[in-house]
Formats: sequence, C-alpha cells, structure tokens
Amino acid sequence: MWDYSEKVMDHFLNPRNAGEIENPDAVGEVGNMTCGDALRLTLRVDEKERIADAKFQTFGCGSAIASSSILTEMIKGLTLEEASKITNKDIAQQLDGLPPEKMHCSVMGMEALEAAINNYRGRPVEHEELEGTIVCKCFGVTDEKIERVVRENNLSTVEDVTHFCKAGGGCEECHPQINEIIQKVQAEKGVAVDTGTDQGRPKKLTNIQKMHLIMETIDREIRPGLNADGGDIELIDIDGDRVLVALRGSCAECVASSFTLKSGVEAKLKEFVSNAITVEEVEQ
Amino acid sequence: MKTVYVDNNATTRVDPEVFREMEPYFCDLYGNPSSMHKFGGQVAGAVKRARQQVATLIGADPSEIVFTSCGTESDNAAIWGTLHSYPQKHHIVTTRVEHPAVLTLCNHLMKQGYSVTELPVNHEGLLDLDQLRDAITPYTAVVSVMWANNETGVIFPVEEIAEIVQEKGSVFHCDAVQAVGKIPINMRKNRIDMLSLSGHKLHAPKGVGALYIRKGTRFTPFFIGGHQEHNRRGGTESVPSIIGLGKACELAMDHMDEEKTRVKAQRDRLEAGLLAKIPNALLNGHREHRLPNTSSLSFEYIEGEGILLLMSREGIAASSGSACTSGSLEPSHVLRAMGVPFTGAHGSIRFSLSRFNTDEDVDYILEKIPPIISRLRELSPFWKRRDRSAVL
Repeated sequence: MWDYSEKVMDHFLNPRNAGEIENPDAVGEVGNMTCGDALRLTLRVDEKERIADAKFQTFGCGSAIASSSILTEMIKGLTLEEASKITNKDIAQQLDGLPPEKMHCSVMGMEALEAAINNYRGRPVEHEELEGTIVCKCFGVTDEKIERVVRENNLSTVEDVTHFCKAGGGCEECHPQINEIIQKVQAEKGVAVDTGTDQGRPKKLTNIQKMHLIMETIDREIRPGLNADGGDIELIDIDGDRVLVALRGSCAECVASSFTLKSGVEAKLKEFVSNAITVEEVEQ
Repeated sequence: MKTVYVDNNATTRVDPEVFREMEPYFCDLYGNPSSMHKFGGQVAGAVKRARQQVATLIGADPSEIVFTSCGTESDNAAIWGTLHSYPQKHHIVTTRVEHPAVLTLCNHLMKQGYSVTELPVNHEGLLDLDQLRDAITPYTAVVSVMWANNETGVIFPVEEIAEIVQEKGSVFHCDAVQAVGKIPINMRKNRIDMLSLSGHKLHAPKGVGALYIRKGTRFTPFFIGGHQEHNRRGGTESVPSIIGLGKACELAMDHMDEEKTRVKAQRDRLEAGLLAKIPNALLNGHREHRLPNTSSLSFEYIEGEGILLLMSREGIAASSGSACTSGSLEPSHVLRAMGVPFTGAHGSIRFSLSRFNTDEDVDYILEKIPPIISRLRELSPFWKRRDRSAVL
C-alpha cells in the first residue's frame, strides 16, 4: 500500500470542488486514458481576472484525485497572474508530500492549470506534449518537458524523471537520452552529476580508450556467459563504432546466434562503451 | 472492522488445522531432519509424511517432490536448472502472461545471451497451440507455461502442451502455483516434466513451496550446498512450513469438490451480480477455461487504485491490474497482452475467493461496490462523455 499522507486521503475521500462549471470561462485538459490519468479543470474568472470558482474532474489514482482537489482550493480567490506561479512542488507540499512514484500527479495539476490560463487568454490550447521532440515513446514525453521537470525539481536520476513525468517508465529505451538531458541541465547549473555505473563513461573516448573498453567489456561482461554455454567470442577488428566479432564453439552453430549478437553483445557494448556501437559478425 | 478477504490469488489464510499441525515443530520437535539421533529422526519422519501428502495431491511419487522456499524459487530452479543441464541449448519458450517469477527471469537470461520466445495470447487470454509448436526448435532447452493465470484465472491446456513439447524433444516446466489445490492435478496422467507450487496459495504458510521433478528428468541444482532433498536443493529444511504444506495439501484434497461447487457458485454469483448492477463492466479472460475462484472485471473509465482504496475502507480486500497500484506506470502485462482496451485495463479488479468465503461475503460485496464505482465515475471526466470520445 502507498504511504499516503492524511491530507491526501482526506482529499481523495472528500474531494473538494468536484464536477464541472457550466459555461466556464476557462478549461484546461491534460492527460488521456492511455496514460492512466487525466484532469479536466474548469474555471469561472471575474472581471478582475480573479478565479471566482474552480472545479475538477479526474480519471486517475487516489493521489491524482487528491492533487486535483487541493489545486482547486489553492487557486480559488487568486488572480490568474498569481495562480500561474503555482508549481507542482507547491501542490505536493500542500498535500504534506506525495510518494516519489506519484509526483507526476502534482505535475498533472500544474499543467491543467497552465492549460486553463492559456485557454482564458485565448492562446491556442497548449499541447505541451507536441513541443520539442518525443523522447519517451511509451508515454509521449518530449525533451522540453523532461528538461523542465529536471530543472524545476532539481532532479538527478532517470528514476526521478520517471516519477515526475513518466518518461522512461515503459520500455526504458530512452534512458540514455534522459540521462543526457539531466547532465545538460546539471552542467548549466554547474553541478557535477554522480552518474551510476551505466552512465559513468567519459563523454568522449580516445580511440585507444575505446578499444580498451570494448576488450574489457567483452572479457568481463560477455565472454563468461558464452563460455558457460560452451561458446566463445573473438574480437576481430574495431572500425570506428563498428565492432567486428566472430562467434566460436557452440555459438557458431547456434541458430540463436544473431540474436545473441544483437541482444547480448551489442547491448552490453552500448551500455558500457557507447550508444553508437554496432556489432557485426564476420567469418574468419 | 469487518474484513471480507477476496484476494486469495495473492495469498491465503493459513488454515487453523494447518497451523495446529505445525506448532510442535517450533519449540518442541525442533531437531534437524539430517541428524543421526532419534530426536532429529522423528522430524525426518514428519517431513517424509509431508512429502507424501504433497505427492498425493498432485498424483506424484514422493521422490519427485523437492521442497523449496516459494513458488519463485521453484520457477527459477526449474528453468535455470534445465538450462544448465542442456548447455548446448540456448532457447526458452514461454508466454507473455507468465508470472514475473518466470518473465523477469527470462528477461535476465536474455541479457546473458539466451534467446526467449514469448508467445502471445488472444483477447480471451488463450494460446495458439500451433504457434507454440512452431516456436520450439532443436535448440529449445525449456518451455515454461503456467497452468492457470494469477490475474484472470485463465487455464492453459498444459497437458496437451506437454505432449507437444515432448514430441519436439524439449523439457516442459509448468508454473502451477495458482492451480494446485484449486483444480485436480494428476502427474501420472500427463507428461509435464517439472511443476512449481507454492504453499501460501493453498492455506499453508508463506515461505514454502515445492518443485515436482519427474523421474528421469535432467536437473542441475539451483541452491548448492548440503545433501538435502536428494542433492537437488541444499539448505536445512524449513520443517514447520513443510509440515504445514503437507497438511494443507491433504486438506486441499478433501476440499477439492467444494472448490468447483460452493466456491465456484459464490464466484459466479458475485460476478453475475456485479456485471448486472454496474454498466460498462467487462469480464477479462475466457469465461469457461478458468479457475473456479477467480474473477477479473474491468470497470471502464475509472482507475483501479481509487476503487481499491474505497473498497478497503469498507473492509473489502482485493487486487487491481492498474498501473497505479503496482508502482509501475503500465497497466497489467496480462491485460495488455490480451488487448484489453485502456478504457478498461486501468480499472480492472481481481476478486479471488477461497473456501473461507461465505455467502454473506458475496452479499456484502454486491452491496458495497456499485456505489463505489458510481462515485469514482462521477469524478471521471470520461464518464459523461463516454459515447463521444474516450480520449480528451
């Protein structure tokens, strides 16, 4: 069970301002069914640009409903200008905190509010998902959005990014790109990032360093597994990022060898040496 | 507060009779079954009896039963042990809907260079056996297919699969953790090579399981150590738990008819009642080829975590296949593999009954759930607009 604060449970069990304002002055909608959460925020705005009323409808888990509920309480009575300064951190704080895995619920609240304000100001409905290029294909999250959550919440790991905006929570293929974004933002801030093992490689390897790293990785990470099955691998040549290898022993006759090559050897070299590495089998 | 426990595929209550049987083996009969003295020897006798009880439930010979610490260990030992017994073979065939004990292991093995074929299922959660036959190659070391699915209760024709696997010359492992104790299993009448079971799914305690290894099947031990379990699993036996598992198997044998009569009738009444009372509710999985105790239902346009939290306030304990309850962001891999639409996949609830449930439990759930579903639908932006568009 999640360790929800009493406040989260209170707002989930007794949601404030649930529903829809008829003929609202502003509407903000974010999320969708596929992602598993969505929020529709409707506002009544008076002539002084003050939020006179706010209502929400939410599809999502307990903390998504609680985040939406408390957001409506926080913004009622504020001018649009004041409301626009609310961040996801403020929402989480008002709820006495959210479990790390649930931070994206507070981000959804902030985004719905922004969308509603933009809608009121007559700006085109902002499809933030579509600004920048998509990095996380599973959840449709762009580089700009990732950069923003990293910057605003001072995030330093891929796991954090996933908790805040879901990016990287599916097939995990985009983890290297998310890491690059984290490093970029942190570098701007002048913070040295302590990257984990799979990110710990130097930015630019010399050719000699690269060759050594490839040989080391094969010896340490790849060969023992193949040996255990009566196979072996021989490094034939390295041509830029092309690594030419020959499979030996039982691997040589194995029908699954092309698979071994791609999913085993190439994946390991990408992980430990460089993403650009491609592995080819040569007969020699 | 009243507790209505309908999460028996997650874990079960230890039957009080099982507990009584275990009690002496903590403080009084605490000897080591491997010891030479009589004090340990009497414990060895009790372990022997438990082995017989487990064997009887599944129609096996006691020598074919290896006690383990849990279902996950049994699955790991079977797959890992087979791969190491056939070092020239690098291929594993399994399904997309297996328990993480098998799927995560296969993913891990893939990173080590093994290749894995994950067979798809159709919208009712069933396999295509021709596809399974075609997937098995001379390099396939092991085929691992579950007997019954933990989320939907869907039963695979594993006895038929065992014939296919044998004909193709591979080893067949079956994760029967959800099936053992709920439906009859007779290893004398099938050709399954290895079968995993877990104690806490059939009213024995947590922390004990067993792996059935058919006589003559090649096996490399996963836990290496002492001579216990005929050199197939090192480590001092968890005696009280093993005694408990034995007793639980004996009781499961006695109650087997009840599972397919009383428990099934309660499940059917619960399911039919909810489907009748709640609009936009769907059954996940094949209606017939199913465990008698399991019902997976999707309530469209709402999210499962909210349903569970509100149910929990009424004392009802169940599970959800929604993303939010698992800590991952994707809904259940089982429902996704079946192609359950996202409108329903996020709002799936699994009810799993046991012989300890009563007719009153079913009445109580039927009374409490409909208002919970309506309440969350009132909050959902999709509910009122469901006929127009599912996506904002």
